[in-house]
Amino acid sequence: MEIKSMHFKANASATLANVVLQGNLKNAKGKFVTKRAEAIKDLDDFEGTRDAATAIRNKVIDNLDLWLECFERKALDTGAKVFWAKDGAEVCRLVTEIARSHGVTKVTKSKSMLSEEAGLNQALEAAGIQPVETDLGEYILQVDNNEPPSHIIAPAVHKSLDDVADLFHKVHGTPRKTEIPALTREAREVLRGHFLSAEMGLSGGNFLVAETGSVALVTNEGNGRMVTTMPHVHVVITGIEKVIPTLEDLSTLMRILPRSATGQSISNYFSILTGVKKPEEHDGPEHLYFILVDSGRADVVGTDFHAMLRCIRCGACMNHCPVYQTIGGHAYGWVYPGPMGSVLTPLYAGMENSIDLPHAATLCNQCGIVCPVSIPLPDLLRKLREKQTERGLRPLTERIGLRVWAWVAQRPKLYALGASLGVRYLKWLAGDTDRIRLLPTAPEWSLGRDFPAPQGKTFRELYAARQTRKGATT
Amino acid sequence: MSSREDILGRVRVGLNRSATNAAAGRAEMAAALSNRSHGPKPAIDSNPQALLARFRIKSEQQSSTVDIVAQDSDVPVAVERYLTAMKLPKAAVAWPSLAPLDWVGAGLKVEGRGARDADLVGITGCFCAVAETGTLMLCSSPDTPAAVSLLPETHIAIVSASRILAYMEDAWTLARKELGVLPRAVNFISGPSRTGDIEQTIVLGAHGPYRVHLVIVES
Ligand code: SF4
Repeated sequence: MEIKSMHFKANASATLANVVLQGNLKNAKGKFVTKRAEAIKDLDDFEGTRDAATAIRNKVIDNLDLWLECFERKALDTGAKVFWAKDGAEVCRLVTEIARSHGVTKVTKSKSMLSEEAGLNQALEAAGIQPVETDLGEYILQVDNNEPPSHIIAPAVHKSLDDVADLFHKVHGTPRKTEIPALTREAREVLRGHFLSAEMGLSGGNFLVAETGSVALVTNEGNGRMVTTMPHVHVVITGIEKVIPTLEDLSTLMRILPRSATGQSISNYFSILTGVKKPEEHDGPEHLYFILVDSGRADVVGTDFHAMLRCIRCGACMNHCPVYQTIGGHAYGWVYPGPMGSVLTPLYAGMENSIDLPHAATLCNQCGIVCPVSIPLPDLLRKLREKQTERGLRPLTERIGLRVWAWVAQRPKLYALGASLGVRYLKWLAGDTDRIRLLPTAPEWSLGRDFPAPQGKTFRELYAARQTRKGATT
Repeated sequence: MSSREDILGRVRVGLNRSATNAAAGRAEMAAALSNRSHGPKPAIDSNPQALLARFRIKSEQQSSTVDIVAQDSDVPVAVERYLTAMKLPKAAVAWPSLAPLDWVGAGLKVEGRGARDADLVGITGCFCAVAETGTLMLCSSPDTPAAVSLLPETHIAIVSASRILAYMEDAWTLARKELGVLPRAVNFISGPSRTGDIEQTIVLGAHGPYRVHLVIVES
């Protein structure tokens, strides 16, 4: 997918000004949060489960090369084929080649964020192969001119019932329906034909099990089962970091993933797929391919951002992020929104393309608290900010400003003078109120919020007074 | 250099891979694979009656309906009762493994085969069930094809009470013991298919069944 993260500020402002979108976002807000809070209650030991999940993920990423070799060996033993892709372009090339070699004209897809990363749909179309998204949310976006997803779990969360009703009426040419069950049924009927006629199914993978060489898929709609059961070719595209050791580890992670994602104690379907169909079986693919994708992941191993590879893509961090809740997912400009996206986009799509993302956070740590694999997201965002400064990627005014500040801060007398003048100026601006409505030095910043006026004395004045008092009593 | 070597090479650089830490890593990996350690699990009473009760409550919370019969031979009549009550057709596709039951005697037309698009009712058994979450575990094979629980709008599953286990971990142990290797598809099913993709409103019957009915056999 083309990266648009450099336009973060403009996109975020546009979302804030879009009344309809603000309404849709407001509607969505909170539902995931309440459901998750309810769902984690019936785990007697949520924190213990979270620690266990974190340990499982660490175990693998700390020896990722060995686990990948182990998974590959097992998968080959089951009769699957394993390919490796360095980047999105290689993913597109491999999938197209596999499709061509089996004479495929149509591919049904269950949700894969990596396919979004690679821009796979466009590549398939260019090769004359029809890609059909089958997750309801992804389908809605595909028929709406390939609109990008705005959430990793609920891709069309920014759309209202009315939006979908208009859209289906337009693209299906059917009478406009206004009930959600009727719209869902309409999509079911359209997609059923595709499930049965596609020669190839393409899925992501929530986990790759090293012990058995299997892929594990977590779904609710049943489309994941369809695309991996009906066509005679199944292609799995996953990031190289998705390996976990055993089936028991899968059970531990399953206690925490659906709860964190949608607030379910378990997803409706949880499929563990291993190898290919036997000749005497009635269904299942005869050919199974794994494409293990790097796209920036290998270079994160062992860096300051290593912990990010633990991510199990649950979406809890965005659901709980006050910034995401206000600006929605599109403003982030790439596949992954919210706090995890603000870390992943600079790492995978380039720091220089996403200068604003690590700053699109208040560092309130709501994300860090809910992350089921304990990723310290605010710390990682702070580290990215440091890297930007080290690489001289921050704007000139900010760099000069910081230099001036550093120069002054090293001269205590000058600093004290500056601080007391500054405080007086701010107090004067506030008048008799305790807020400043418009900061002349940062008018943009104070457009959306008030600046609190300084109260009482400066810290240095208080400290000096205290030292004097102390001196007087001893 | 192949992409595989390139990717693994960079991962190794990131991990400061050396002969010594590779040996340590391999030992850790072997230990993880043989220990198969479990994470914390919610407390569950493992008495058979309690497991059945919990499985039933959890299944109903997932929007499945539940019927309990005494023995295998009562199943066809129970299925007929459900189909009549729901005004559903008296014809179904079933796992070939279930074909021997006396469906005709109960007034049903049941064919043991793989599923087709036109099938409205699908009847399956299950490998076992998990009380923790109210979940069925289905294992694919020529006798137990996966699509029977997927294509039809109504899925009826027969569950032996004696095969209701506490946790998913217990299901893995049983599968290793009875099947040796994993079948092509293990499907854990918890209620009818659903979606929340339009305004986060849950709707049953997305691409799979609209309804799941469980017939639990006590003996
Ligand atoms: S960073 Fe944590 S909370 Fe966010 S998607 Fe990944 S696992 Fe979930």
